[in-house]
Amino acid sequence: MSRLKLFIPVFVFMVMAVMLWRGLYLDPRTLPSVLIDKPLPEFELPRVEDEALISKADLPDEPFLLNVWGSYCLPCLQENPILMAAKEAGVVPIVGVNYKDKLNLARLWMDDNGSPFDFSIMDADGRLGINLGVYGAPETFIVDGNGVIRYKHIGVIDYKTWDEEIMPALAAVKAEATL
Amino acid sequence: MRRLPVLLRLLCWSLLLAVGAAVTTVLPQPAVAAVDAFAFETDEQQRRFRQMSDDFRCPMCQNTSLTGSSGGVAEDLRREIYLMIMDGKTDYEIEQFMLERYGDFIFYRPRLTLETVLLWFGPLLFLVLGGWIIFGIIRRAQPLAQEQVALNDEEQQRLKALLDNVKRD
Repeated sequence: MSRLKLFIPVFVFMVMAVMLWRGLYLDPRTLPSVLIDKPLPEFELPRVEDEALISKADLPDEPFLLNVWGSYCLPCLQENPILMAAKEAGVVPIVGVNYKDKLNLARLWMDDNGSPFDFSIMDADGRLGINLGVYGAPETFIVDGNGVIRYKHIGVIDYKTWDEEIMPALAAVKAEATL
Repeated sequence: MRRLPVLLRLLCWSLLLAVGAAVTTVLPQPAVAAVDAFAFETDEQQRRFRQMSDDFRCPMCQNTSLTGSSGGVAEDLRREIYLMIMDGKTDYEIEQFMLERYGDFIFYRPRLTLETVLLWFGPLLFLVLGGWIIFGIIRRAQPLAQEQVALNDEEQQRLKALLDNVKRD
């Protein structure tokens, strides 16, 4: 028994080493969102496309993606082809939040690169962003048909995250909606 | 000059290092990155604004307070704090506003919850554990050293023989 005791420091060391080793691979930029399962905040903001005022009631009443983007944001450009493909295949409606951007630059970006969005909400002063707990584009939410946030992805969406995170999460929300 | 005993010298060095470490951690953050032109009605409002911008962490820049960050979201959050202060919101209400949107990360001084208990009391736990272990080791070592070793006659003679042997060699 006392012989086993001799190994306690080694054991403690191993536990700590494993935890710290795992810690090395955590991404400190991905903050756990506290808004999961909370309803979207209320808003009344102009659309980038035609400056018509829209509010929460104008959002799709089926599950959709809410993608926070800006013309200044390089990763947004990176993920654009994936979102475009999803739009063309009719996978899911995508609503944009044009975060802290300028109207003319946002429109120029959409003309140049194509818009995967049904429409984009213009959040020039970043207030909707704050209410969504956004801290930088791109961020992507999955919102269900009742306007409740169900999933959040921070950072660029590549093919891997699209296939392994977004699609399964979306499928789960959709399956629930048809029950 | 006479050299100080080793222990004393060690002590001096560690004291010096400890003071150095304390000074560098307490030093204020270098330069305020952005100066906002906010107009306050009272000094108290301004003091609260400063305090809170220092106590909230910028969600985008990882290790800077809202005061020290020029990031877009930090700017916006400072503006929100300002508006809420002018709106007569209490510190608690403003903290809740931040917490609801950005979670515990926003606080430089984490709240005491079930999840953060280890963060708050982990070091104390390790101190107590270490102290207990050291105490145990010292207490077990003492009786051995002080125990009187009594030899019977036969053993005395063997000891004598051994010692004689050593001397002869």
